[in-house]
This record gives sequence, C-alpha cells and structure tokens, in this order.
Amino acid sequence: MRPTDLSLAQARLALDARQISARELTQAYLDAIAALNPRLNAYITVTAEAALTAADAADTKLAAGQGGPLEGIPLGIKDLFCTAGTRTTAASRILGDFTPPYESTITRQLLRDGAVFLGKLNLDEFAMGSSNATSAFGPVENPWSRRNDPDTRLVPGGSSGGSAAAVAARIALGATATDTGGSIRQPAAFCGVAGIKPTYGRCSRFGVVAFASSLDQAGPIARDVMDCAVLLRSMSGFDPQDSTSVDMAVPDFAAAVGRGVRGMRIGIPQEYRMAGMPAEIEALWSQGIAWLRDAGASIVDVSLPHTKYALPTYYIVAPAEASSNLARYDGVRFGARVAGADLTELYEKTRAAGFGAEVKRRIMIGTYVLSAGYYDAYYLKAQQVRALIKRDFDLAWEQCDALLTPATPSAAFGLDEKQDDPLAMYLNDIFTVTANLAGLPGMAVPAGLDGQGLPLGLQIIGRPFDEEGVFAVAGAVERAAGFSALPGVIA
Amino acid sequence: MSVDIATIKRVATLSRIHVEPAALPGLAQEINAILGWIEQLSEVDTTGVEPMAGGGATALRWRADVVTDGGQAEAILANAPDREGEYFGVPKVVE
Repeated sequence: MRPTDLSLAQARLALDARQISARELTQAYLDAIAALNPRLNAYITVTAEAALTAADAADTKLAAGQGGPLEGIPLGIKDLFCTAGTRTTAASRILGDFTPPYESTITRQLLRDGAVFLGKLNLDEFAMGSSNATSAFGPVENPWSRRNDPDTRLVPGGSSGGSAAAVAARIALGATATDTGGSIRQPAAFCGVAGIKPTYGRCSRFGVVAFASSLDQAGPIARDVMDCAVLLRSMSGFDPQDSTSVDMAVPDFAAAVGRGVRGMRIGIPQEYRMAGMPAEIEALWSQGIAWLRDAGASIVDVSLPHTKYALPTYYIVAPAEASSNLARYDGVRFGARVAGADLTELYEKTRAAGFGAEVKRRIMIGTYVLSAGYYDAYYLKAQQVRALIKRDFDLAWEQCDALLTPATPSAAFGLDEKQDDPLAMYLNDIFTVTANLAGLPGMAVPAGLDGQGLPLGLQIIGRPFDEEGVFAVAGAVERAAGFSALPGVIA
Repeated sequence: MSVDIATIKRVATLSRIHVEPAALPGLAQEINAILGWIEQLSEVDTTGVEPMAGGGATALRWRADVVTDGGQAEAILANAPDREGEYFGVPKVVE
C-alpha cells in the first residue's frame, strides 16, 4: 500500500503506530502534486518547504507522544482562507500578491491540531461559480472522465473545485472548502468525494475572504464521511472574532458516523423531483431511499413548497452582499492597482482590470438590486421569500429528522459546456442552495456512477446544529453504497 | 423591469467599475436575462412576512466597547500598493 492510499483515519493510526513518518507521508503527497498538478491545476500555490518543516515538527511531537488529532496530516487549503505569510489570491487578479499578515481562525485551529499544509487550492474567483472556470489562475480538471469519451476534460465543479479534485486525485489527504450556494457539496459530488457544509455559525468566518456573509460557511472535503467528521471537529468552534460564530460545544462528530439510522425519520421533499431530471439521478435517489429504509429508518414524504424560488432568491441576496463585501477591493490598501488621474478613475480602472466577468456581473446585479427605487422590489422581497424558505424547513422538521435529496442535477460536465450561459450554470446549485438560505447543515456523499462511469452524489440536509444526525445518515448511505470507484487520474 | 443602457452605465458607476461603451449592450442583455428570471419572485405572496436578514437564527452577540487591537501599522501597510510613511498613498484628492 502506498502512503497516498491511506484515508485520513488510516493515516492517523499509521502515524501513531510510527509505521510511517509524517515526513514520508508529506513527501508522498508532494511527489504526487509534482506529478499531477501540472495537468489538474488544483493548486495555485504549493508550499513544499514549509510542509516538510511542519512534517518534521509533527514527527518530533509524535515521537514524544504529544501529537494533536491531525498531527502530521497533509491538507490542502482553499485559497480563500488567509494564511499568514503565504499568498492568498481568492483566484482573483485583484488581490495581486496579497500576503496576509494573519491566519484565518479555521487554518489556525487546523495548525493547532497538528495539520501540515501542502499549499493553496484553486477555486472560482471569489468563490463565484460552479465549474472552477472563473479562476484567474485557469480552470481545474476533474480527475474523472467519461468512459466512452475519455478525451473530453470535465469540470470538477465549483467553487471548491481545487479542493474536490485534489482529494479525489489523492494530491491532498483532505481539504478546506467553503459553501455559499453549494460550493462544497456540488464539487464533492462531481469528484466522487464527501463534503459537508455545517450549520451557519458552526465554523468561524474570520479570515475567510467574504463573498456573501449571511450564506458563507466553511467545511471540509475529504475522501469519506469519517474523514470529514474528523476535520470538521478541528475546524468548528466559537470564535469571538466572528460576530455570527455560535458559542456551542463541538460534538464528537466521528462518534455519530457509525450510529446508524434505526428509528430516524427521513424526509423526501417532493418539490426536489424536478421536471426533466435525468433518470439516473432519479434512480440513485430511489436507491438511497431504499438503503435507508433497509437500515431501519422510516421514510416520510415532506413538502418544501418554496423550493422553486430558492435560486432566484439566492441570485438577489448573494450578489447584494457581494457588491458590499467586494467594495473593499479598491487598489488603495492591498492588492493590485491601476493608476488613474484621480481617485475615482483609480478605483474604476483597478476594479475593471482586477475582477473577472462573472464577479463584475454579480457586483453590478447586487448594486442594482440595492439601489434607490429597486431595494424593496428586489432585495426586501428576496429576504421575505428567504424567510418562507426557512419556514418550509421548520415545518418539515415536525415530520422528520433529516432530508435525503440528490446532490446535483447532473454529473460533471465538459470544460467547454455551459460556460456561455450564466443561468444554465446557476442551475447546478438547485438542490444545495436551500440549505444556505436556511442556514442548515448539508452533506454530499458519493453514492454511485452514471452510465458514463462518472460519480453521482446524494445530499443529506439536517436540522440546525444537528451535524451528528447528518453524519449518521451519511454514514449509513456510505456503507450501503460501498462506493469504491476511483478516477482515471490519481496518485 | 428591464434595464436600458443608461441604467447599466449608472450601475457601473455606482459599482466603481469602468465598462467600455462597446461592452454595455452585451452586459445589459446578460443582466436583463438574469433579472427576468428573478422576476418570478413576484408570484410569491409575502404579505406580512418578516424579512430574513442574517444567516443564523440567533441575535447578534454584543461585546464590551473596548480596544482589543492596534499598534500594527507595519502589518497593515505591508500589502499597500503605495505608501508614504505610515499612510496609504493615493492620487491627490484636494485641488
């Protein structure tokens, strides 16, 4: 068995038993990155030297029996998390060579627990996208390809495309990611790996480049459900530096993975049965329902009547918040600057040159819906519909303990498909965006392959702060699915 | 509601993003397609519904009004594109 074959949980045991050193494990990942990243483009920045130094420090601690829960575990960090002394780009030209003088709370906690950082992972610019194609550092390739069409390069999903592709290709043992409308769950599903967006407030947003602050939430992408549980525990917890961070104890998520679903009520939202849904997605969903029934859960039909309004609501709320958050990129305090005759021209030229097309589009939509005369018709209306979407879930929880849905409306698509039509791209998040609007935990688990041999995922949505329930259901789905297929491009 | 070229131009100015005049019609078309799709929200009866502003269910936390940070001019200026002493450098603002 090669070091990169070990899951995070297996690597933990091997490191603790000194069957492998942190340096050997880290070196194996750095070698895999050197071999595969030129093709996949999953990393924007690789911090090889720092990783080996951290691995040596981990070995010293492990030898003394003092290791943390992630001691010596090599991770990739989405390049939206500020890392002190390491360039952070948000995959945008406008940040230039921005090198944060401080560490995000989540990466600080991962370092506290002994993790080794391999580098910074590619993403859609400012996390705005569903294919990783909006990155200023080029697209990421999905390590999977279609069985009968192996030459067509597929997208890894987005915005955490680098995170999902790196975990799937085994050039990171686990990764941080963020999810504003589906940016953890959709790429995880496209790449055949697991990913969880926890409840809003569970993970600190301090030091994470902001997109839409009332929707943004960080979480892990990892090889399986257990690895996600281990990573989420280290990432979670109260942080006074984020005013929306919730002061609640962090449960032992890993203990919930094997708990089973006997006695749980699993809701099946009827409105997620969309017209034109591919038969394979529908079949996988039915299979998932059967798995959970066989595992002892009771299946309940539930209704979330405002589901069809979730995406249009999102495309008011998210751009509105983005237009405000991205006002800080003005060429004055950090990042790139384009000179102008006066300050206004400096702002306008800097932002025209620094932002990509999708980011500009969203800033302008956000500015429009917040502008005088349109605020009530668009922004206020969207906030009201958002309240109704949340109420749909509140009512559903009277009937069930968790929901099972498909993760995405399709498998991964080609790098050249859907890129010209923003609306077609937005529909990728149709099953995931509701959890962001309602602030709920949601997880994608690989559950099967489509006819082309591409992975498909199922999604579990849970009650607020019941990530343990989500992990219990996800664990049951994972055991029943026995998903063991591997992508063509792998370390 | 459909936006015209003049509106797009105004929104670009409010956004502080320079848009070449030749790019305005294409941008208007894209934004109109998105706004047209968003328009379906008008079907929803929201009479008396309290707008949901934040992402969480709880009220924002208060903290004591005390200084918790400061004295980090060098760290703050470290990424500045232009600086003069302990200040950010910008083009002349006052005539």
